[in-house]
Amino acid sequence: MTRTPLLQVDHLTMRFGGLVAVNDVSFTAYDREITAIIGPNGAGKTTVFNCLTGFYNAPVGRLKLTGARGEFLLERMDGFRIAQQAGVARTFQNIRLFPRMTVLENLIIAQHNVLMRASGYTLAGLFGLKSYRDAERDAIDLARLWLDRLGLTSQADWEAGNLPYGSQRRLEIARAMCTRPVLLCLDEPAAGLNPRESAELRELLIEIRDQHKIGILLIEHDMSVVMGISDHIVVLDYGRMIAGGTPAEVRSDPAVIRAYLGEEETDQIPPEVAGDLHQEGRI
Amino acid sequence: MDVRALLKDAGLAAFVAFMLALPMIGFQTVDVSGGHGITVVTRFGDVAITVALVLVGRIALGLLDNTSWRLPILLVSAAIAIGMPFVKNPYPVITNLSVMAAAVIAIRATWLYFGLSAVVERDEGNRLGDAAAFVGRWFGPVFVIFAVIFPFLPTTSRYLLDLGILVLTYVMLGWGLNVVVGLAGLLDLGYVAFYAVGAYSYAIIAHEFGWSFWACLPLAGLFAAFFGVILGFPVLRLRGDYLAIVTLGFGEIIRIVLLNWSSFSGGPNGISGVPRPSFLGMPFTANPPEGTTSFHQFFGLDFSPEHRIVFLYYLILALALVTNSFTLRIRKLPIGRAWEALREDEIACRALGINPTNTKLTAFAIGAMFAGFAGAFFATRQGFISPESFAFIESAVILAIVVLGGMGSQIGVVLAAVLLIGIPEFFRELAQYRMLAFGAAMVGIMIWRPRGLLAHRDPSIRLPEAAKAGADD
Repeated sequence: MTRTPLLQVDHLTMRFGGLVAVNDVSFTAYDREITAIIGPNGAGKTTVFNCLTGFYNAPVGRLKLTGARGEFLLERMDGFRIAQQAGVARTFQNIRLFPRMTVLENLIIAQHNVLMRASGYTLAGLFGLKSYRDAERDAIDLARLWLDRLGLTSQADWEAGNLPYGSQRRLEIARAMCTRPVLLCLDEPAAGLNPRESAELRELLIEIRDQHKIGILLIEHDMSVVMGISDHIVVLDYGRMIAGGTPAEVRSDPAVIRAYLGEEETDQIPPEVAGDLHQEGRI
Repeated sequence: MDVRALLKDAGLAAFVAFMLALPMIGFQTVDVSGGHGITVVTRFGDVAITVALVLVGRIALGLLDNTSWRLPILLVSAAIAIGMPFVKNPYPVITNLSVMAAAVIAIRATWLYFGLSAVVERDEGNRLGDAAAFVGRWFGPVFVIFAVIFPFLPTTSRYLLDLGILVLTYVMLGWGLNVVVGLAGLLDLGYVAFYAVGAYSYAIIAHEFGWSFWACLPLAGLFAAFFGVILGFPVLRLRGDYLAIVTLGFGEIIRIVLLNWSSFSGGPNGISGVPRPSFLGMPFTANPPEGTTSFHQFFGLDFSPEHRIVFLYYLILALALVTNSFTLRIRKLPIGRAWEALREDEIACRALGINPTNTKLTAFAIGAMFAGFAGAFFATRQGFISPESFAFIESAVILAIVVLGGMGSQIGVVLAAVLLIGIPEFFRELAQYRMLAFGAAMVGIMIWRPRGLLAHRDPSIRLPEAAKAGADD
C-alpha cells in the first residue's frame, strides 16, 4: 500500500512570551494511518494540536493538509473553518461535551454545518420543507450508527454529563466523527480509562482508521495504546522533536529513553548545584 | 427532636426580624396637621406582632422536619390561611401577613407530607418524566385557553385587563430575552435598549411619516434587530460578567442618547400623541374622522372605550404567542441547537466547525427583534413614551423573570412574569409592605427552586421510537 501524506507539518514554532513551547517541529501524518505524538508532560504536544486546530495562530511554520476535501494551509485559517472546511476534528484532554444536552443532541450538533445548509440557513427549516426533514433524518441515521457502535442507543436521551466517564470519552470521539472529518485529532483519549475500556478504545481507533479510512493523530501517555496501534510515532521533548519512526524504532531510540527516564550520569550536575539541591532535600 | 436547637433557630429568626422591623415598621413619619412639618409616630405593637409571627412561623417550619408533625401543621396552617380573612381584626396588615405566611407554610407542609420533594430531587439527577415536565405539558394549553377567554370572564374588570396586558408584555419580553440568555447563554443586562429602539422607531416613524402601526411593526423589529447586531459585534469575545457589564453600558447609552438628543427623540419630554392602533384600518374612537368607519360602527356595537383595551390585549397575546412558537420551533433547528451548544461550551463548538460569530449575532438579533415588537406595542398602548420607561430596572425585571422562571423554560417565564408583575399589583392593599412581599417571593423561589421555577429542558430531538425499542434487547 502506498502511503499518501495527509498532513505535513513544516518547521512549526510557537512561542508564549519567552517560552518556546514548540520549536521547529516537522513531521508528516499519512492518510489511513495512526500517528501518535508522545513525550513527557509539558513537551508541547497539546500546543501542536492547538496550532493544528486553529486555537493558536502559529507565527512560524506551515501546516498543509491534503485531504479528500482539497488542499488547505491550516495556519492561515480561522479556528472553526478548519473543522468546517478542511475537515479536521478534535477531542479534548478534559472532555468537552455539551453536558446538559442529550447524547443524541451532541451527535446532531456535530452535523451543524450540513444541517444548516439543508435548513436554508433556518428559513427552509422554519417552514419544515421536505429537503430539511430528509437532511435531519440522515443526521439522525448517522448519529444512530455511532450510538449503536458505542452501545449508547438506550441512553440517547440522557444528558451527556450524566454518562459514565468512559462513555463520555467515546461519545466525544463519536461526536468528532459525526463532522465527517478527514483527520481526527485525539488528545489523550485513554486518560482515566480502565484496562478494559482502554482495550475497547484501541479497537475503536483501529476501526475508524480501517473502515472510515481517515487519518488519526493521537496524543497519548498510555503506552499500551500508543505502541499497540500506532503506525508512526513522533516524540517531543521541551518543544523539540527528538525522534520519529515506527513503534519498534522509537522504543529503542536512546534519545527517547533519555527523555522518559532521565540521564543516566547524575554527575553531569555541577557539584555546587548538587550541593544546594541536597541541602534543600531534593536529592 | 431537638427542642433546644429548634428554639434557638426560631429565636435567631425572630431576632433578625426584630432588627429589621424596628427601623422599618417601628417608626413612621407623618405630617403634622396644618403643615408644620412632620413628626414621628412609633408603632411598637406592629413590630411585636411581626416578630411573633416570624417566631411562630419559624417554629412551624422547623417542626416540619419531623414526619409526625407534618399533617397537624398542614391542617393548622391551611385553616389559618383560609380562616383568617373572616376573623374580625382591627389591623388588616396582620390578616394579610398571617394569611401569606400560613399559605407558604401550608405549601411547604403539603410538599413534604406528600413526598413531592422526593420527586423533585430525583428530577435533579436525570430530569426525565419529572413533575416540572408534567406541569409544562399541561400548563401551556390551559394557560393559552385561559388567556384567550380572560377578557370575557365576568370577574375581569378594566383594571385586571390592563394588568393582563402588562403581564403579557413582560411575558413577551421574557420570551425574547430567553433566546439570548436562556438558549445562547449570553448574559444581557441591557435588553431594555432594544425595547426602547422598537418603541421610538414606531413613535418617530408614525409621527413623522404617518405610517400605520402595522406598517411600522416589522420596521420596529428590524431596527431593534439591527441594534442587536451592533451590540453583538463588540461583545463577541466577551463572556459572563464582562459581557453583562458591556450590555449594561449599552442599555444606558441608548437611554442617555434618547434623553439628550432632544431634536430627534424629544428628550426628557418624550413623544406624546403616538397613534393608537386600528383594527384593519378601523379606529377605536367614538367619532371617527371623515371617511372612515370606526370599530363599533362596523360591528354595530355601542361605543365603549374597553373595545380598544380588549383589542390591545389580544394584540399582545398574539405577539407573545408568535414569539413563543417561533422560539419553540427554532430551538429544534440547527441554529437553535447551536445556541444551546454555545451556552454549554464555546470551545467545543469551534472544534465542531460552528461559526461562533454568526451564531451569537443571530441570537442577539432575534432576541432584540422581539423586544422591538414589544416596544412598538408599548408605544401604541401608552400613546406616550419617554426615556424614563426604559431605565435599567426594566432590564433587571425582565432578566429576573427569565432566571426565576428557569433559564430556557418558556412556561417558567410565564409563571415568573405572573408572579413578578402580578404580586406587586395584587398586594397593592398592603401599601408599603408590597415590595416586601415581592422580595419574599423572590427569596422563596431561589431557596426552593434554585434553578428556577421550571428548570426542565426538553431534548430538541429524539430518536424515533422504533429505533430505541430495537436497542433495548
